Amino acid sequence: MNLWIMAAITFREAARKRILWTALIAGAGFLVVFGIGLHFQMADFSPSTPPFVRYEILSGMLMVGLYTVDLLAVVMTILTSVDTLAGEITSGTIQAIATKPMPRWQILLGKWLGFVGMLAIYVVLMLGGTIAVAGSVAGMTPQRPVEGAALVFFECVIALSICFLFGTWFSTLTNGVIVLGLHGLAFMGGWLEQMSGFTEGSRLSMVGIVASLAMPTEAVWRRAAFRMESPLAGSLPQFAIFSDYSLPSPQMLVYAAVYLLIALAVAIVHFNQRDL
Amino acid sequence: MTDFAVETRNLRKLYGSKVAVRNLSLTVPRGQIFGFLGPNGAGKSTSIRMLLGLAEPSGGSAFVLGKPSGDVAVRRKIGFLPEDFRFYEWLTAAELLRLHGRLSGVPSRDLQKRVPALIDLVGLTPHRDKRLENFSKGMLQRIGLAQALIHEPELIFLDEPTSGLDPMGRRLVRDIIRSQRDRGATVFLNSHLLSEIEITCDQVVFIREGEVVTSRDLRSPQETAAHVLVRARNLTQAMVDGLAPWSASAIFDSDQLTFTVSSRDVLPDILRHLVGSGAEIFEFTPQRMSLEELFVSVMGRDEGL
Repeated sequence: MNLWIMAAITFREAARKRILWTALIAGAGFLVVFGIGLHFQMADFSPSTPPFVRYEILSGMLMVGLYTVDLLAVVMTILTSVDTLAGEITSGTIQAIATKPMPRWQILLGKWLGFVGMLAIYVVLMLGGTIAVAGSVAGMTPQRPVEGAALVFFECVIALSICFLFGTWFSTLTNGVIVLGLHGLAFMGGWLEQMSGFTEGSRLSMVGIVASLAMPTEAVWRRAAFRMESPLAGSLPQFAIFSDYSLPSPQMLVYAAVYLLIALAVAIVHFNQRDL
Repeated sequence: MTDFAVETRNLRKLYGSKVAVRNLSLTVPRGQIFGFLGPNGAGKSTSIRMLLGLAEPSGGSAFVLGKPSGDVAVRRKIGFLPEDFRFYEWLTAAELLRLHGRLSGVPSRDLQKRVPALIDLVGLTPHRDKRLENFSKGMLQRIGLAQALIHEPELIFLDEPTSGLDPMGRRLVRDIIRSQRDRGATVFLNSHLLSEIEITCDQVVFIREGEVVTSRDLRSPQETAAHVLVRARNLTQAMVDGLAPWSASAIFDSDQLTFTVSSRDVLPDILRHLVGSGAEIFEFTPQRMSLEELFVSVMGRDEGL
């Protein structure tokens, strides 16, 4: 089926153009720095450091590592996929493909599946690497790592679908500006919501929720962080940056799933109807 | 099965208030090499995109191999070389053909034979494992032509297939186009190189502002347009004015008259008219018009090619 041929060629493109390898090498660099940081932190603990404080510090460092992986994954998703439809439409490359005996939705969905496969590998390797480094250097493991990885992957797929949606309308550059801008909005909204949890500010919380409704990626991360972090997190406020002061509800995940499906459906409909 | 590979009726394409194709009605018989000519901005590429289902018509109808344009199943029988062919440049020539073959539904065992044969046909065997990013424009044109033929289509759209090619490359493409007709395929050719069209095509249409202005059967001597030189005594302005039903371009100077006709069929009538009006004819010489001359006479000199 041509859908799977398109998925395979998209996956191969990432490998052949060294996108995936470059991202993984950069990710390996991050893991090395993360491991060294953990190692030095372990060395800096004195025998008098209370075990509870040690645990809170290392737990906080693990969450920072996971958050960095999450950011890297979303940014890589946007940078690698922003050109795939927009660029091929602008350059006319899509014409030789779109005249083949397959409906256009198979082109779009095939490419989308190719990226989904690439992102799955990236998230598993990067999150798995971070968890392995934290476990081997500091003996720390997150709670529910599989669920956390699934949510980070879900967040990337949302960003991917938005890239595809706007890629059927706009040029590569405009598409990138829009999607990065939306993720920036979500990022800011997430932190505003988090801050509102400290002070119980309902208006601040409302701004954050609206931002999350516009782009739910950061809300999905905060849910992932909540599921992965230690139940003792937040006991010491200075290490509680990911704590559940303002936790996105399971309904937000349902909303994010519907958001993803609608984005993908609108992308398919518009790609199907537009002139190439 | 319809006799026409392509048939359009009042095909129309608007971009906002701008008219790209006004009212295109044409028929392309099967098994011919069909030339699609017109100045820049005449609507040629837009028309091809509508025929291929890449652009939605604003009005009218278009049928390709008997099916409405854009029909997914019929695309299995259509090959297309876009103008300025671009493709994934990280693929090698052989990988590109295999991919297009698979997307067109060619079984893998057939591709094992066809891919090297087609690469050889377009003269790229030494480069079969090179990535396209290292190809020149001419080499990209050649591999683009090969991808259009990988599934042995019944109808092949070639949009400027010889642009970027050297004379040897143009000759190669010409031979390939003829061989496709010889195996029964229809070739729909859009090119600015009128000399190429003239020696390759069976039939041409001229379009302007998205409408067919005129068409020519290049294989029929009777339909061939001609310049005619007449040297005669007793020529008068009245005789020249009497040529109006056959030619609007008569130039009369003393004992010499030149005019253009769109078909040689009318020459006996003109000769009878002149002799019957009292002219004493010493010379009556029809000269074949080149396609370029015909193009200029149809389109006007300032339209550009």
